[in-house]
Amino acid sequence: MDARQEDAPGRTGDRPLLEVENLAKVYPGGTRALDGASFVVTRPEVIAIIGTSGAGKSTLIRCINRLVEPTGGRVLLRGTDLVRLGKADLRQARRRIGMIFQEFNLVDRLTVMENVLSGRLGSVGFLASWMRRYPARDVANAFAMLERVGLAGLHDSRADALSGGQRQRVGIGRALMQEPELLLVDEPTASLDPKTARQIMRLIRTLAEERATPALVNIHDVALAQGFADRVIGLKAGKVAFDGPASGLTPAVLTEIYGAEDWSRTIRPEAEEEAAA
Amino acid sequence: MNAAAHPARWRPPPAFFGTRGRQRAAIALALLYVAWSVSTLNIDLNRALAGMTRAVDLFARMFPPDFSRGALLAKGMIESLQMAFAATLAGVILSVPLGIAAARNLAPRPVYLAARGLIVVGRTFHEVIIAIFFVKLFGFGPVAGLLTLAFHSVIFLAKMLAEDIENVRTGPIEAVRATGAGFGQVVVYAVIPQVLTRTVGTAIYRLDANVRHSTVVGIVGAGGIGQTLSASFSRYDYDFAAAILLCIVALVALGEWFSDWVRGKLR
Repeated sequence: MDARQEDAPGRTGDRPLLEVENLAKVYPGGTRALDGASFVVTRPEVIAIIGTSGAGKSTLIRCINRLVEPTGGRVLLRGTDLVRLGKADLRQARRRIGMIFQEFNLVDRLTVMENVLSGRLGSVGFLASWMRRYPARDVANAFAMLERVGLAGLHDSRADALSGGQRQRVGIGRALMQEPELLLVDEPTASLDPKTARQIMRLIRTLAEERATPALVNIHDVALAQGFADRVIGLKAGKVAFDGPASGLTPAVLTEIYGAEDWSRTIRPEAEEEAAA
Repeated sequence: MNAAAHPARWRPPPAFFGTRGRQRAAIALALLYVAWSVSTLNIDLNRALAGMTRAVDLFARMFPPDFSRGALLAKGMIESLQMAFAATLAGVILSVPLGIAAARNLAPRPVYLAARGLIVVGRTFHEVIIAIFFVKLFGFGPVAGLLTLAFHSVIFLAKMLAEDIENVRTGPIEAVRATGAGFGQVVVYAVIPQVLTRTVGTAIYRLDANVRHSTVVGIVGAGGIGQTLSASFSRYDYDFAAAILLCIVALVALGEWFSDWVRGKLR
């Protein structure tokens, strides 16, 4: 089963890859995490989402695949409104969206292979997945994926035996096994050291480019965002405060997103970023 | 830094009672209560001494233990063991759905409340009371004992499982859901691996407990070695009772050792 072929009819026409319209989320406690956020993704590009803690970054990407239920607005994935989907259709839609997490969110006691193959859960039946009887094509793809993310030979290691960077590579492999049309990436480097963080960001960027998959990346580190993203969306109090090319991040823009601070040491020229990486 | 301007003495604030005054009042009340209850105990020295002489007599008649009725003894022990094993197996199987239903983070609210209610009601009654009830329903014998132990095992194991499930890391659950996995797949991939070793440990502990409990429920007529023990006491066969007690001690010790050994392997 290939999700992309199955969904082919929905992909005809010229609907953008992703349209987020007036997305809102009010948590039961009354916290307004998202307050009418809107943006459109028309081509495969890496989009960094920046903003203060509590600006709604995490809620925004979780509202897209509805790990968090939005309380208003629309999320159109190639024209299909995900917010209105029923349970079964939502599962189908989630198959098309890969997600990578800050804490990696691997199942520690399972092997690397099981974690990577779990990216196929949406496409494999319950019994087959329980008994670990994945289609031969999935198994071969998983081995290829492990090699691609630099973990060849580690398929039988338990996930909790790996280092932080290796775990995130497993997380990336799991997300890409879905052959997603969109990648949601939540603070992928916040639990990693600066060197590993750059390697992981480069890997995400390279893989997203290879597969022409757009990626929405929540990120705290402005320098990393500038170094690895094509476009930056700045969130402030649940609204989009900035949306433009990564090169457009000026001290004035950062002050608008985060508040007043001396930004001259945060924004670095592109060349310096590459050298540091 | 001017340390002299700050207090040099610091004690942690009382954690439970809020203020030191309330803490002192609570301790004083507790001491008063102990004094009062000791004064009302009405300890009768003569009665205690009479009990001591009877105890000496009883133990004298228990010695030497009489192992001559070996077949009866073996039958009771084997019945108890079978009850314990079968009850644990039934408990493990049935506790999985009940435990999942009673986990707040997995089950929908109404299912959770119903399952928790069942567990609370089930835990209200002691094994002996349940055993009396099942003996009334199914007559004397091991069936009543088996059902008693099975019932208690299901409730106990489900409660432990539910609590383990509520303590799992939510990240992997979120990640597996995000792949488009269904509920069953979330349970099999993100929940079971996280609770499996603890659950096996709990089940082994329960087997050990069931071996002990199987000797008790027999006393109200629910089969097993306890029934043999109860009968020997009521016939004043104290030497046979002593043999039974020694066998129970050996069996329970063996169960404990096995349980420790398995759980050691699991770590």
